[in-house]
Amino acid sequence: MTLLLVALLGGVGAATRFIVDGLIRGRWSRVFPFATVLINVSGSALLGLLAGALAYHSMPSTAYVVAAVGFCGGYTTFSTAMVETVRLAQSGEYRRAVANALGTLLLAVGAAGLGVLVMWLLA
Amino acid sequence: MTPAHHLNPRLVVLVALGGMVGTTGRYLLSEAVPSHGGWPVATFVANVLGSFLLGALLEALLRRGRESPRGRAVRLGVGTGVLGGFTTFSSLALELERLLANDALLTAATYAVASLTCGLLACLLGVAVAARHHQRSRARRPHPDDRPVSGGAAR
Repeated sequence: MTLLLVALLGGVGAATRFIVDGLIRGRWSRVFPFATVLINVSGSALLGLLAGALAYHSMPSTAYVVAAVGFCGGYTTFSTAMVETVRLAQSGEYRRAVANALGTLLLAVGAAGLGVLVMWLLA
Repeated sequence: MTPAHHLNPRLVVLVALGGMVGTTGRYLLSEAVPSHGGWPVATFVANVLGSFLLGALLEALLRRGRESPRGRAVRLGVGTGVLGGFTTFSSLALELERLLANDALLTAATYAVASLTCGLLACLLGVAVAARHHQRSRARRPHPDDRPVSGGAAR
């Protein structure tokens, strides 16, 4: 049952990523892959909130797994971030490539921490 | 102009189905492979493997020339859906945040550096493998795309 819900929410997460990506890309079609950065950072913030809810607000663990592994995991993506970094580097945009890889990681870790912090403050 | 694929319900469903498959794979992997010495091995393996496969897939599709409807379905279903859903950035971020919160600085630093370097190298390797395979198969039998393009802007 958990597996089924995880899979279902993973599908919803991936579809959400596809739509958000299309909406952002359609607006600013630029060199830098802002869409994926935004998706990964917002998904990490949401996962931080969920982890905080699990730790400080007695969120049921099954609900946590379904939302965290399913939705957040399906919504965020590491592989696309890597491909976009490689493509920036291939087109000679080395600084942007480094900024994309390191920047996404730092922002995502910060966003996850912020999510946990917010739930801790609300406890 | 990029066509608005993200507003096409069929393609959204295709990405969702792929995402279900990829997420199931990641979930089963996380159940089967426990953390090792504070290292979230399952996330690491999924991310590195997924980066290799996505690099290879997108390069292979790119080298086929202009995208056909079937190529687009494969790119969105398998690339955006399955491999996008199989890999995860949020788990990586939360795992790093938890390691930092628990003062496991060295583990956090190793995990972060290893994820990025292995992810990038795996992706590059995937691109190289697809490029090599493409050249080899062209050497065996000339592809119709190899004929000189005539006519020009027919789009």
